[in-house]
Amino acid sequence: MENIKEHDEKQMKEEQVSVYFNGIEYKVPKTVTVLEAARMNHIDIPSLCYLKDINEIGTCRVCLVEIEGVHALQASCVYPVRDGLKVKTNTERVRRARKTAVTLLLSNHHRECLTCIRNLNCELQNLADQLGIRDIPYTGEMYDYGFHNDNPVIQRDYNKCINCRRCLAICNKIQECHVYSPINRGLDTVIAPAFKKDLIEVSCIMCGQCVIACPTASLTEKESISDVWDVLSDNTKHIVVQTAPSIQVTIGEEFGMEIGSQVRGKLVAALRRLGFHKVFATDVTADLTIMEEANELIERLKEPEKLPLLSSCCPGWVKFAEHFYPEFLQNLSSCKSPHEMCGALTKSWYAKKYDLDPKDIINVAIMPCTAKKYEASRPELEVDGIRNVDFVLTTRELARMIRQAGIDFVNLPDEEYDEPFNQYSGAGTIFGATGGLFEAALRTAHYLITGDEIDIPDYTDARSQSGLKYGEITIGDKKLSIAIAHGTGNAKEALDNHRTGKKKIDYMEVMACPGGCVGGGGQPILGGKDHKKISLDYRHNRSDALYNIDKSMEIRRSHENEQIKKIYEEFLGEPLSEVSKKYLHTTYVDRGKYPYVRTNE
Amino acid sequence: MELKHISDLNQLKEIKDQSYSEINMRLKESDRNLNEIKEYQVLICSGTGCTASKSQIILKKLNQEIQKRNLINKVKVYKTGCFGFCKLGPIIVVHPERIFYCEVSEEDIDEIVDKHFCQNEVVERLLYKGDDKQVKKTIDELDFFNDQQRIALRNCGVINPEDINEYIAMDGYLMLATILEEKRDRNTIINELLNSGLRGRGGGGFPTGKKWEYALSYENDEKFVVCNADEGDPGAFMDRSILEGDPHSVIEAMTIAGYTIGASKGFVYVRAEYPIAVERLRIAINQAKELGLLGQNILNSGFNFELDIRLGAGAFVCGEETALLQSVMGMRGEPRPRPPFPAKVGLWEKPTLNNNVETYANVPIILKNGADWYNKIGTENSKGTKVFALAGQVINTGLIEVPMGTTLRTIVYNIGGGIDNQRELKAVQTGGPSGGCIPVSLIDTPIDFESLSEIGSMMGSGGLIVMDETDCMVDIARFYLEFAQDESCGKCVPCRIGTKRLLEMLTKITEGKGKEEDLKIMEELCYDIKESSLCGLGQTAPNPILSTLKYFKDEYLAHINEHKCPAGVCNALLQVVISDEKCIACGICARVCPVSAITGERKKPPYEIHQDICIKCGACIPKCPTDAIYKR
Amino acid sequence: MDIYIDKTEEENFKKLDEILETHGHDQGHLITILRDAQEVFGYLPEKVQSYLSLKLDIPISTVNGVVSFYSLFSQEKKGRFTIGVCLGTACYVKGAKDVLNAIKEELGLDSGETTLDHLFTLKDTRCIGACGLAPVVMINDDVHGKVTPSDIPSLLHQYIKKSKEEQDD
Ligand SMILES: Cc1cc2nc3c(=O)[nH]c(=O)nc-3n(C[C@H](O)[C@H](O)[C@H](O)COP(=O)(O)O)c2cc1C
Ligand code: SF4
Ligand code: SF4
Ligand code: SF4
Ligand code: SF4
Ligand code: SF4
Ligand code: SF4
Ligand code: SF4
Ligand code: SF4
Ligand code: FES
Ligand code: FES
Ligand code: FES
Repeated sequence: MENIKEHDEKQMKEEQVSVYFNGIEYKVPKTVTVLEAARMNHIDIPSLCYLKDINEIGTCRVCLVEIEGVHALQASCVYPVRDGLKVKTNTERVRRARKTAVTLLLSNHHRECLTCIRNLNCELQNLADQLGIRDIPYTGEMYDYGFHNDNPVIQRDYNKCINCRRCLAICNKIQECHVYSPINRGLDTVIAPAFKKDLIEVSCIMCGQCVIACPTASLTEKESISDVWDVLSDNTKHIVVQTAPSIQVTIGEEFGMEIGSQVRGKLVAALRRLGFHKVFATDVTADLTIMEEANELIERLKEPEKLPLLSSCCPGWVKFAEHFYPEFLQNLSSCKSPHEMCGALTKSWYAKKYDLDPKDIINVAIMPCTAKKYEASRPELEVDGIRNVDFVLTTRELARMIRQAGIDFVNLPDEEYDEPFNQYSGAGTIFGATGGLFEAALRTAHYLITGDEIDIPDYTDARSQSGLKYGEITIGDKKLSIAIAHGTGNAKEALDNHRTGKKKIDYMEVMACPGGCVGGGGQPILGGKDHKKISLDYRHNRSDALYNIDKSMEIRRSHENEQIKKIYEEFLGEPLSEVSKKYLHTTYVDRGKYPYVRTNE
Repeated sequence: MELKHISDLNQLKEIKDQSYSEINMRLKESDRNLNEIKEYQVLICSGTGCTASKSQIILKKLNQEIQKRNLINKVKVYKTGCFGFCKLGPIIVVHPERIFYCEVSEEDIDEIVDKHFCQNEVVERLLYKGDDKQVKKTIDELDFFNDQQRIALRNCGVINPEDINEYIAMDGYLMLATILEEKRDRNTIINELLNSGLRGRGGGGFPTGKKWEYALSYENDEKFVVCNADEGDPGAFMDRSILEGDPHSVIEAMTIAGYTIGASKGFVYVRAEYPIAVERLRIAINQAKELGLLGQNILNSGFNFELDIRLGAGAFVCGEETALLQSVMGMRGEPRPRPPFPAKVGLWEKPTLNNNVETYANVPIILKNGADWYNKIGTENSKGTKVFALAGQVINTGLIEVPMGTTLRTIVYNIGGGIDNQRELKAVQTGGPSGGCIPVSLIDTPIDFESLSEIGSMMGSGGLIVMDETDCMVDIARFYLEFAQDESCGKCVPCRIGTKRLLEMLTKITEGKGKEEDLKIMEELCYDIKESSLCGLGQTAPNPILSTLKYFKDEYLAHINEHKCPAGVCNALLQVVISDEKCIACGICARVCPVSAITGERKKPPYEIHQDICIKCGACIPKCPTDAIYKR
Repeated sequence: MDIYIDKTEEENFKKLDEILETHGHDQGHLITILRDAQEVFGYLPEKVQSYLSLKLDIPISTVNGVVSFYSLFSQEKKGRFTIGVCLGTACYVKGAKDVLNAIKEELGLDSGETTLDHLFTLKDTRCIGACGLAPVVMINDDVHGKVTPSDIPSLLHQYIKKSKEEQDD
């Protein structure tokens, strides 16, 4: 995916044509669709199935317009502009057809808004309101494919699906996991995994991108809110909570703040008010991950046949490799992801330090991520039979808890994280955005290899939103080919290029979600509130915010983090030690593309 | 049959001359001498209809008998394509006398061989007897063929489709060879098509020359030519008959198209339900290749054209051209928005020309006889002829080809022989699921693309279903909606959900549960679906409702207000009753009735159905040995 | 190898390999390959679809999407005889519905279902192009024209007999 701001600017520079909307002439780029042209000029055309650059297939018929000289109404989201095109966006014909399309959808929709997880943030609901639908004159058969919550991550309410195919498009085109297809045809069509299996049975990586893309409550995260409320009222437990780096720049959106607002202090304050005993920053263990991974890189550089090293801090990407590239599993860094490291440490080092029984500690992780719900449940990650992280809540779930508790988030004071997971470097923070992990690792690896500190320039190259970035870096006498991929489709491309020899790599950072964790599957869903912006560009604002935090920080290198030094001194010894292997590293499973038929091996 | 590779026009002409002299006796215009018959040529219909009534068994038997009696040199038997009069199948035509035998069975073969071939005597009882009980001896005497003009079907029932030489005998491949020999200018070919006025026969009626012109205009290193032989319209089999009876005409036209637009690869997309057509096409492609009329370096011209067959797998929507292209590539046959049109972005994103079978079948003969010959046939805006599949309550069901502008009356009464069982004509349905019902009051409409649209129907691909007073128009609309709903690909909202809602409303009406205000809601929904669906299927699916609402509203109102089905079709509004005259009091029905609604005494007819108990399950009806039970 | 093949299945999968070979593992031939595969297996179970997905390098969701789109494909075991009642327009107006009902009644089946003894599968089909003979019933490859409801018992009996004879052989 291209940098969308740049894309827009490029487009504006292109050859322009004249298009008439409702009789008024506008100059628009030659290559856009009628819908884009209208939106560029602040003419509102509703849409539902359209996702810019991702899903442009014209199925919902909500964006219909009249085009002079063309007999039937046309879907503006797929109709190309041409010079002299005359479009009418607001005639009785158009209004009626749009309304009928949505009315038909509603006639096949279990309208349970009041108890629906997307209530007040649902594009279908918004449209019904916008188009003024007051009655549904047709009744008849409705979908009855039921509700599925057979996995710990994503639940599916087929009855709320409107077959817009946005989930499918994102999974196929961006993630290239190809989990969904339309199954059956006609009214029986469902957008579902093969054989209508549950996501856990197929090669889904649980990234949640489809959840973000879904305009309704058909795809949602599986909530752990009530479980967390339950432990919060259990007096016998010591409950710690950790927040991923990206949460501080996204959760504000849930409370009406601007995209990319930095609200770390309020976040901590809110968590404390919810009753958590300790509030930790996952950024700290992100620094720790850097230490471990940078050392792993150095090890592997000594035995070049063990290259490339592939990052492993994104569980979506890890699962992707397990399904689609098992031959690369040996190249994955063995590091657990930062929140699991935090979990492991709270139940070992921290427990000892504060004289707590690890069994009494509950670690709740606030993550941008649905895949981490899955990761937390992986048996390989347990240490001595104890789960590292007990509950993973997405940004959205936390926001709901905050609302349920009646906390006025916007007006909270700023507070600080608790010891001993409170000090972190800028490197740990930029973990939340694409390129950040690489940059953080580089800062440390450079020092470890050469003994010199690397200058910290603005690696705009690494940070840009283009999906797959290649580069070369020199560390001492070593030249490394690196790749940075976000969106697993891009990782696939890089691995294929490596495999065929087209473009060899020594190190690759992969984040499964476009934009990195700032665009994670658990982040606030903006589509329903502002359908004109249901693209991927909001991810920029969020990641810019993270990089700005880094810039403003005193300590920007993981190895300079005093707290990290302390953890090594008191507990781990040194990176890649026996202890750190036990608590911070893990193994992987070859899952194959067809997990459901691998029974009798 | 011996096939040798040829490399230029002259060699083609040699084959033509040879083969022509062989098949000459089958042609109407041939100079036959009936006084002294030395040789017979027997044409056995091998279309799907006649094959279903066992014509291939007859063919085998006939060959055996001929061998047995040492008539091999005197009688030659040929397969041929559909004659059109499928109702009377299996059909055998004996040349040179052009004797038309119908409803022939295996047992009749002995007699035909004995009498006809040994004693030169026609087997009278196998001849066709018309309405007037007059015996019709030759094919030329049948009224069925009188008002027809066979252009697309010119070779069906004349040549053996499995012998390329016979196609060549009828000037087949002449145009291809000439074009390649002359290196004819592409625009000249297109202009000829433009001037002929040929319009697509697949339903839309788009000018064929224009489409070729577009396909030529988009530059690309690769282009494709596609033939749409999906023919999903239920009750239509024009394209099938052409492929079965004259596959080479399509191959030749596609090759010419390839040359014209600059494509070197073509696909024929045939529906799965047509095994015979596929087989014939396969044979034809192989023969054409062997002769050097298809494949690499055709007739030494340097022009290459490969042709492949792709089979459908049971989906009507694959007839829609963008869906068809998806299916050719092995994917779900889902339409996509146009523009861009396939002529610009088609198979594998390359410019692709797609035409219907019948459209292609017209091309070689238009190029041969010239645009001026063709555009004299037909009406102002619709040139040439159209093939229709005539079915329903008409006496002569089958396949016909008539000049554009022929009236429905001519088709139903002159060609079709009127309505079965002396009932009254009520309506004619054209255009299949996209079309509409034309009431008897408009039966004098001359049919062409425009006039049919004007009266709320469509030319469609050529299904023509005749209906009489025993057909319920509400039920017919329901039938078509059920079809559309079943065949909707499910991609876009108005069609996926809208057709279901329409179907539900219609079903309610046929069950007597409708309300008058539903009609208005239904009509509005019809218009919205037409306006807003993504592809032609949804855009036309409401037509059967709209046309019946327009012309047969009284039938709707009868269902709604009087809870009656005037035609006696809609189950829920009917009673199951026993005919006093037919019942023989065997008691079988009483035993099968699940709710014991039937009572009676053995051997004392009639039995009686108690209407208050009967649940109208219909179980008893087929069980009655005398067909005494019926619905009213 | 991603998909486990049991000893008892080896023969059929070998045939499947041959089919794939003749079509050059070409993704564009997916529909044709599926048809041929259905010939071999009688239907298209999950494993066959997955195997084709692997060999053709087409995502399994896509393969399953194609299989479930076309009415020719079956994901369930079919009966020895498939009865197709034509519900094309010509047949419909000639009373095909009554014929269908008679068969439903006789076999106690709904459209799309298979008898418990796996002898018959009932389907309603679209025009098979023998409209002149309407109403038409197809049983496997045999076309029966001008069928009436009262023909049904004896028609079905022919096939029951045929299958009994096959078993006796
Ligand atoms: C639902 C639907 C079904 C169609 N079925 C057929 C068909 O069976 N055969 C056909 O030739 N065209 C069919 N068409 C029309 C084709 O889309 C296309 O217009 C045609 O093949 C073009 O060829 P022509 O220009 O030679 O008519 C269908 C269109 C729609 C919308
Ligand atoms: S998905 Fe939207 S429209 Fe449907 S019930 Fe939920 S909130 Fe209401
Ligand atoms: S919006 Fe309407 S339906 Fe929903 S709770 Fe309020 S009053 Fe009730
Ligand atoms: S969670 Fe990710 S991999 Fe799984 S279906 Fe959704 S988009 Fe595809
Ligand atoms: S699950 Fe959501 S995104 Fe996917 S098709 Fe259904 S409504 Fe659209
Ligand atoms: S990129 Fe971040 S949010 Fe997305 S799956 Fe990976 S860890 Fe989770
Ligand atoms: S109109 Fe019907 S068939 Fe056509 S794309 Fe829409 S749903 Fe599919
Ligand atoms: S229709 Fe059914 S319920 Fe009525 S009499 Fe016949 S068998 Fe009995
Ligand atoms: S089965 Fe027919 S003949 Fe026998 S008793 Fe019933 S109605 Fe009369
Ligand atoms: S059809 Fe344009 S937004 Fe759905
Ligand atoms: S199939 Fe024999 S006449 Fe039509
Ligand atoms: S409608 Fe039944 S065979 Fe054509």
